[in-house]
Amino acid sequence: MLSEREKTDIDAEIAGAPKKRMTTIEALRIVQRERGWVSDEAIKDIAEYLEMTPDEVDSVATFYNMIFRKPVGKHVIFVCESISCWVTGYEGVREHLQNKLGIGPGETTSDGMFTLLPVDCLGACDRGPTMVVDEELHGNLNPESIDKILDEIKREG
Amino acid sequence: METPLTRFIRPNEESLLLSEYEKRGGYTAVRKALKGFAPEEVTNLVKDSTLAGRGGAGFPTGLKWSFVPMGDDAPRPKYFVVNADEMEPGTFKDRMLLEGDQHQLIEGIIIGAYAVQAEVAYIFLRAHYNLTELRMKRAIQEAYDAGYLGKNILGTGYNLDLHLHVSAGRYICGEETALLNSLEGKRAVPRAKPPFPQLSGLFGRPTVVNNVETVCNIPHIIEHGAEWYKGLSNSSHGGTKIYGVSGRAQRPGWWELPLGTTAREIIEEHAGGMLPGHTLRGMLPGGGSTDFLTTEHLDVKLDFESVPAAGSRFGTGTMIILDDKTCPVGFVYNLLKFYARESCGWCTPCREGLPWIARMVKSIEDGNGEMGDLDILAQQTRSLGPGKTFCAHAPGAMEPLQSALKYFKDDFVSHITGKRCPWRG
Repeated sequence: MLSEREKTDIDAEIAGAPKKRMTTIEALRIVQRERGWVSDEAIKDIAEYLEMTPDEVDSVATFYNMIFRKPVGKHVIFVCESISCWVTGYEGVREHLQNKLGIGPGETTSDGMFTLLPVDCLGACDRGPTMVVDEELHGNLNPESIDKILDEIKREG
Repeated sequence: METPLTRFIRPNEESLLLSEYEKRGGYTAVRKALKGFAPEEVTNLVKDSTLAGRGGAGFPTGLKWSFVPMGDDAPRPKYFVVNADEMEPGTFKDRMLLEGDQHQLIEGIIIGAYAVQAEVAYIFLRAHYNLTELRMKRAIQEAYDAGYLGKNILGTGYNLDLHLHVSAGRYICGEETALLNSLEGKRAVPRAKPPFPQLSGLFGRPTVVNNVETVCNIPHIIEHGAEWYKGLSNSSHGGTKIYGVSGRAQRPGWWELPLGTTAREIIEEHAGGMLPGHTLRGMLPGGGSTDFLTTEHLDVKLDFESVPAAGSRFGTGTMIILDDKTCPVGFVYNLLKFYARESCGWCTPCREGLPWIARMVKSIEDGNGEMGDLDILAQQTRSLGPGKTFCAHAPGAMEPLQSALKYFKDDFVSHITGKRCPWRG
């Protein structure tokens, strides 16, 4: 079942759209914001609400990189692996993150705190290497700055 | 030197609120266009300005608009869509315009939408541009409150609604017809062209899709005229350009410069040359899907004619530098892996071909390549070239590979004969 808050937010999107199904991506993002990821159950809920089949909604959900069809940690670390960040030190950044967190790309720490996801160009190529954590962009990364960022997040919980 | 696009941009500071933007002369272009010009006159002025699209293809903006059906029997509603899905590897120019000056973009949208008489406009914003999302929502609300958006704008009877769509992330959304499918809530696979979006776009209605930087130029053209605009440039197309440099330069960054500035000036003067101990070997002049240029091309003007004449594409105008401490094979593999993953899967050559080619380049990078691989790769760059696939995604991916095979062939060979990457220990 969609929560009242999810329904209200999806309704607001529908109100501004010429067709209900135009809001599929918005609905997926809203549900993911509330639940952290998009389960099979969530796909069915959205489908029913937008008068689509679950397969139609899932075909959209699985197409987009930022819709998570598996649970992720509380904080997702999006580390840019595209060309400019690769040239300026992505591999060292990834290695440091993996060692520090004890996980590989696509994995989540056992305490459920962090998921590490290498992603496409973050569009901050002049500040490489870069990553985004909790919607905040961090550039010119090095082991020290990464430690500082992650320790700060851990402190805040 | 005039820098109209970045005049109000103050990096690391708040962007201008509507009242501040107005105080500095903002929104006068909207008044001028909506009150003083017929829609077709706006289109003609933009045509005369020789503004060419800044998203990568360089199509003349005014000409694009002129294909939209006008008059009472035109299909409605009509749409004006801003492509803010900046995901081309090595491209970061629209981020700066979006984060730095929202009202410039909104002003351009209102004027562009008025020119084609669109009732509804969308900004299609890529994922991860969170600061832009925040500021753009605020700016759109301000523009509604001030009467620049909504019903009967400035008492002219013209109505326009503007919506912000935040993408769920996929590179192919930057292709304009894939973008429209995504806006409709579908998988972002490209559509067959023709029909072009100007005739049949969003929900089958006439639609213009323009890049962020393109739209940001429009208020200035209206305000100062076509001749002024042409005078900004060192090229046959008018205007300034947001150029950028990333990689191992002294000062990677962006600069607003006359269109037609040379690669040398940008790299040596603005980016301060290479980092100590690094030598320039080549550059992708306009993002990940453009052919390499090398040190012999430093005096090429970066514009819509000179770069193709040198064997590449102008693309987005943001350069990625290849230095001598970076392996060209690894460089190309990084790009191919990206394009393989981001293939939408709609057409077979791209879906199957790109991962196959990426694997072959990886095996060379890992020291497991054979000399025959080089011929196969060269052949595949043609098999996935223009016209062989449904859209321009795979041909774009082939550009860095085909040019690397031309300029850095010795490095591919040394990987194969030495059975390892010379850049790795």
